[in-house]
Amino acid sequence: MSGITQLARLLGQLEEQLITCMRCGFCQSVCPLYGETGREADVARGKLALLDGLAQELLKDPQAVQERLERCLLCGSCAANCPSGVKVLDIFLKARAILSGYLGLPPAKKLLFRQVLARPALFNKLLSQAPRFEKLVAKPVDSLLDTSCARFVSPLGQRHFKRLARVPLHRLEPPRSTQAGSSGLRVAFFAGCLIDKLYPGVGQAALRALEHHGVGVEMPAQEACCGIPALSAGDTTTFSKLLAHNLARLDPDKFDYMVTACATCASTISKMWPLMCGSLAPAGREKAQRLAAKTRDVSQFLLETGLVGGEPPQAAEGAIPLTYHDPCHLKKSLAVADQPRRLMAANPAWRLVEMNESDWCCGLGGSFSLEHYDLSQRIGRHKLEHITASGARAVATGCPACMLQISDLLSQAGQRVAVKHYLDIYAETL
Amino acid sequence: MSTDALHKEFCRIAGPENVFSDASDLLTYSYDAALLPSQPPGLAVRPTTLEALGQVVRLCNGQGTPLTVRGAGTNLSGGTIPSQGGVVVVTTALNRILEINQEDLYAVVEPGVINARLFAAAQKQGLFYPPDPGSQAVSTLGGNVAENSGGLRGLKYGVTRDYVMGMSFFDTEGQLIKTGSRTVKCATGYNLAGLMVGSEGTLGVFGQIILKLIPPPAASRALLAVFDRVEAASETVAAIIAARIVPATLEFMDNFTIRTVEEFSGAGLPTDAAALLLIEVDGHPAQVAEEAEKVQEICRAQGATLVRPAADAAEKERIWTARRAAIPALARLKPSVVLEDATVPRSKVPELVRFITDLARRHDLTIGTFGHAGDGNLHPTIVFDQRDADQKQRVHQAVEELFDKALELGGTLSGEHGLGLSKTRFLVKEVGPATIAWSRRLKRAMDPKGILNPGKIVGS
Repeated sequence: MSGITQLARLLGQLEEQLITCMRCGFCQSVCPLYGETGREADVARGKLALLDGLAQELLKDPQAVQERLERCLLCGSCAANCPSGVKVLDIFLKARAILSGYLGLPPAKKLLFRQVLARPALFNKLLSQAPRFEKLVAKPVDSLLDTSCARFVSPLGQRHFKRLARVPLHRLEPPRSTQAGSSGLRVAFFAGCLIDKLYPGVGQAALRALEHHGVGVEMPAQEACCGIPALSAGDTTTFSKLLAHNLARLDPDKFDYMVTACATCASTISKMWPLMCGSLAPAGREKAQRLAAKTRDVSQFLLETGLVGGEPPQAAEGAIPLTYHDPCHLKKSLAVADQPRRLMAANPAWRLVEMNESDWCCGLGGSFSLEHYDLSQRIGRHKLEHITASGARAVATGCPACMLQISDLLSQAGQRVAVKHYLDIYAETL
Repeated sequence: MSTDALHKEFCRIAGPENVFSDASDLLTYSYDAALLPSQPPGLAVRPTTLEALGQVVRLCNGQGTPLTVRGAGTNLSGGTIPSQGGVVVVTTALNRILEINQEDLYAVVEPGVINARLFAAAQKQGLFYPPDPGSQAVSTLGGNVAENSGGLRGLKYGVTRDYVMGMSFFDTEGQLIKTGSRTVKCATGYNLAGLMVGSEGTLGVFGQIILKLIPPPAASRALLAVFDRVEAASETVAAIIAARIVPATLEFMDNFTIRTVEEFSGAGLPTDAAALLLIEVDGHPAQVAEEAEKVQEICRAQGATLVRPAADAAEKERIWTARRAAIPALARLKPSVVLEDATVPRSKVPELVRFITDLARRHDLTIGTFGHAGDGNLHPTIVFDQRDADQKQRVHQAVEELFDKALELGGTLSGEHGLGLSKTRFLVKEVGPATIAWSRRLKRAMDPKGILNPGKIVGS
């Protein structure tokens, strides 16, 4: 059997899902990338046609299809708005895995994922050394946004980036297992890499909120990455390792919910762990399913359990205008949009002003931004315009990855708008 | 000049980033929203200026290379499938709204402007662009004009044709031809704009389009009427028109569609109803109040089992959400969807609905029928699995019978989707051989080499 035929067979397992696309093209209206390029290969319908073409052996160049498939933010706007309910992200992630399996991972990614990311102890150790050297190569550019840029030509290009936290969350807040308080509830807190290493303050705000509401917290030692970077690259080997590592440290019998303040972790755990856990033993698969079902964004958890509720206070006179960006992984993946707004409304010092198109993707898309920085910035510019047009003095969101992108956009534009997590706003009331 | 040379010229004209020759990129320009075999072009180009567009047309004609213009590729009849290969010209970069004139009530647009964007831009200036095809969020105005697209508001506000005041288009030599004007009246020369509307890219390539805008209605009211007989619903439609009321929208849903929508969205529709009418009247507030009252009376007099006016904006939104859910709800039942648009005089709607119910039974097919009852344009929607050859054959057979019935009832093959590849061979049944022959002579005069979207409308 020729290689292409073999690949076509593998892609054949996606046929049942691929055929549900009726080619209506409605995804064009919501795809942030297509909005910039107007190229059919950039929108979901085009990519689904490419996968179908490869599966039918109409196309003979898997590399070309892979390149086009990877030009995607994985924001899920298409899936959330698809009239036929095509599970676009499920298809894309599975296809990326099949194509990477067939073509092999690029050496740099392989090294990074298999030798570093898949080994959480080493990953933490490497990064704990980094802040010491960071100031040699980076110089601060904006104190409000706490961003820096490269001193020399660097792989980070023109970015204004957030520097690594001097002390990561897992050192500020050591592993714990506290009993349920007044709420009678216990949760596992899944911090996620970005909150642990860049935004530990957000993790601390989450822990304060949980403690305030009398929620017992389970925080395992040495939690690993949720796995989305590896999945995006089609590296199921690393993903399975990370998943197994996390499953070994999380026992769903010991808590009522698993909560996270990272939209991307919440979405990956809820949607992708059950979908991509096929290589695990039955017990592992069952555990992944159970953890997924218990996973909530912090705001979702606090509202759903009634720990926060009732009429919010009136905004104080002179309250500071604040706007909110809906992370794709909260709104489109998990339909969480109202909950963060309700949490923030509990703080009368701020007044929420909605920006236009608050759910238009910020343009980061994880590794998309590393490989297509220019496109990522072009998409982000709409977000920047909407934020500044709202007149808000701060922009809040529910995803540390969005926070990175928005900080970069504002910092480069010289806009003095603070970037916050909705938990930063809520925690001020506690 | 070879394809290579054409490729090189396109790169010079449009920039290499806007020329596509890789097999995978070409595959993405091989289909549209019609359920038809795909055909990739030999090249695709995305001009960024009208000047470049004209040059592309001239080059293709020089070579005798087929040229198919594509906007969003949402065509439901295969009009944008390059069935004879050649070049696909993508208009998505020609997306500038050049003017919105508040005093003279018109807009000038490039062909790649998306319908909903013009609607929003006009609305921002207190004006209204009524044509609202189901694809409005993505489809381009160039495509709307080429297909003479309709929509929900057709009954009162007309279709795309009624809003084209003038345009410029490129002939096959790449020369710019101007027709119509920015004035309400214009009596100079042939009405070439009229000829270009609905020409499906077979006669010329659109440059700028001048579209009429109107003041928006000040008020509107929506209501839902439930019937236990399909006939009662269509008689109600006739009675409303006979009372000299022209609703902005007058939509119909059959029992199968109602049940499917209800299961999909839980909108609170009565699943035992034989048919629903969703009606909206608009205009001056006093007129709206009076007409809404009268429409309710008529519905009751015609035997509606329930008439529910929307009390507020939220309830109105729920009514239209239910209507918009029709396609998504039906589409999820089976992998493949054929959305038909055979249209009959509105008095014949009950007969057509009966026929479709029988058609589904005879061919053992699942068909949901909904659509624009006010203008006789129904959308029988067949859901099936295209991988099942027998089922696919039965769908084709049923569609042919549907066409025959529509014509027998004095209707037309297509109300708003165009002929494209799927209906071209049936046109002769509607208009006769002399019309086809005349149309072919017209086509030859305007496109001597037959490069413009060959195979569509007049066949090849």
